[in-house]
Amino acid sequence: MSEIVMTAAPPSRVTLPRDALVMSARCLRLSARTIDALLTALLLPVILMLLFVYLFGGAIQTGTEYVTYVVPGVLLLCAGFGAATTAVSVSNDMTSGIIDRFRAMDISGTALLAGHVAASLVRNAISTTLVLGVAFLIGFRPSASLAGWLLAIGILLLFVLAMSWLSAAIGLLSGSPEAANGFTFLVMFLPYPSSAFVPIETMPSWLQGFARHQPVTPMIETIRGALLGTPIGNNAWLSVAWCAAIIAVSVVIAAVVFQRRTA
Amino acid sequence: MTIPLAISATSLTKSYREHQVVRGIDLRVTPGSVFALLGPNGAGKTTTVRILATLTRPTSGTALVAGHDIVDDPRGVRRSISVTGQYAALDDLQTGAENLRMIGRLAGLTAEQARQRAAELLTQFDLTEAAKRRVGTWSGGMRRRLDIAASLVVEPLIVFLDEPTTGLDPRSRLALWNVIAQLASAGITIFLTTQYLEEADRLAARVALIDGGRIVAEGTPAELKRRVGNSRLDLDLVSDDAFMSAIDRLGARATRTDRAALSISVPTDGSAAQVRALLDEIDPGNRLLSQFTVHTATLDDVFLSLTGRVGGQPEMERSNV
Repeated sequence: MSEIVMTAAPPSRVTLPRDALVMSARCLRLSARTIDALLTALLLPVILMLLFVYLFGGAIQTGTEYVTYVVPGVLLLCAGFGAATTAVSVSNDMTSGIIDRFRAMDISGTALLAGHVAASLVRNAISTTLVLGVAFLIGFRPSASLAGWLLAIGILLLFVLAMSWLSAAIGLLSGSPEAANGFTFLVMFLPYPSSAFVPIETMPSWLQGFARHQPVTPMIETIRGALLGTPIGNNAWLSVAWCAAIIAVSVVIAAVVFQRRTA
Repeated sequence: MTIPLAISATSLTKSYREHQVVRGIDLRVTPGSVFALLGPNGAGKTTTVRILATLTRPTSGTALVAGHDIVDDPRGVRRSISVTGQYAALDDLQTGAENLRMIGRLAGLTAEQARQRAAELLTQFDLTEAAKRRVGTWSGGMRRRLDIAASLVVEPLIVFLDEPTTGLDPRSRLALWNVIAQLASAGITIFLTTQYLEEADRLAARVALIDGGRIVAEGTPAELKRRVGNSRLDLDLVSDDAFMSAIDRLGARATRTDRAALSISVPTDGSAAQVRALLDEIDPGNRLLSQFTVHTATLDDVFLSLTGRVGGQPEMERSNV
């Protein structure tokens, strides 16, 4: 071994944006190397869409081509699932030794979680593109304008952002990566009782109330409206409000829980 | 003139629900020295390190680390220290170089500085060959070295090493001892915990023995060993009468007695003169002893003499009573 030479620490300054950037690069690299999770994140959405269109599609009457009806829902389902896996990666960090190193280096919890959320946004952008590509191949023909596309993409990104922050908070709250994994299933089932796959009118009346007022429905209606020209009404504003509220609550919960778990 | 202490702790305690893990610890560590906290599993070593490194808040008590209060100014403490825990705090899915570059960036180096520093450290710690392999494929000793290297990306005033060599093979242990000795000669204050008397003896200027959440003894390794005797004389007696007669003669000097096995242990300095004198004293007629052996004093002996029981027992067995 050669002699150990020391380097003095640079003076400290505002570090949150830089730390968040370094953490984002780290989380993306880890995502790209977790092959099984990556394959699930990319392939499951495509498989689900094919399942809906070819397996259930024939039996469901929506008044339009089923592939056209269902794609907005599938996009949201996939985005929700993809974002929810953030809970697992956050929980992995919290239960491994690396969290101690970050804390002893005075890296804030917000920077660490922002890195996970940023990686989730990138992962989901890729899987959403993949799903859309396959959707086109099997006959999805939206009549959207550029503005419509921008609105749909904007709502999807906002939804991924909201679900990623919520998942990050859940990841902090759950005691183990396995428990965090349970959350991803919960999120995956949330779009089912909504207008994602079947018209709400076809559901039993006790479920209709929930389906109409749960956060996924206005988002699906907005994306559907943006891509297919169905009426949007106040659904766009409702979606933004839901996402903003979820983000605000999750960021606060995450900050508090991070403080407490690491005290 | 008084030199400000690197670490000073007063009456630190830590409880998890009813279970008190640390029961009032006082410590003084002078700057630039190597200090070892020596004790068995469950003695409270890791908790003490975590408290001092601001990773856990103490239930009560105060401590200054590098002049900063651990409760009121944890950020000041964190700027002055680095911590290497028992479990490698690195990403298995990143390579050694990637891990070190990440730590460098988080420590405030530019991308180029971080790259250079990573390359330097990998060379200095003999890890260049593995630099491009993911850490998950490395051996335990290599990971431990990388972990310490990660703690040195920028210069800390105080380095905490929690059981740096536990679970390593002898060769890796020796390599790590070299690293630690080099850090010490670079003037860094080192606070390490260990279960091995030999390790504390070899590396530390001062050693505190911790047991059941309390410091039971503190001093230089030589002072501590003098208290237990450098060696232990084990005696096998021929009969129960012989055993009782030896016990009578030795009194409190016998640190371990086993009547069923007819064996007695006595601390000694290991010199031929003292061993011969002890044997003559116990067995003047050369009839009572069947065998004797001389062992180098172990952690068990230190604990036995200081706490009256074997040190290596897991904490859980005692706390469940």
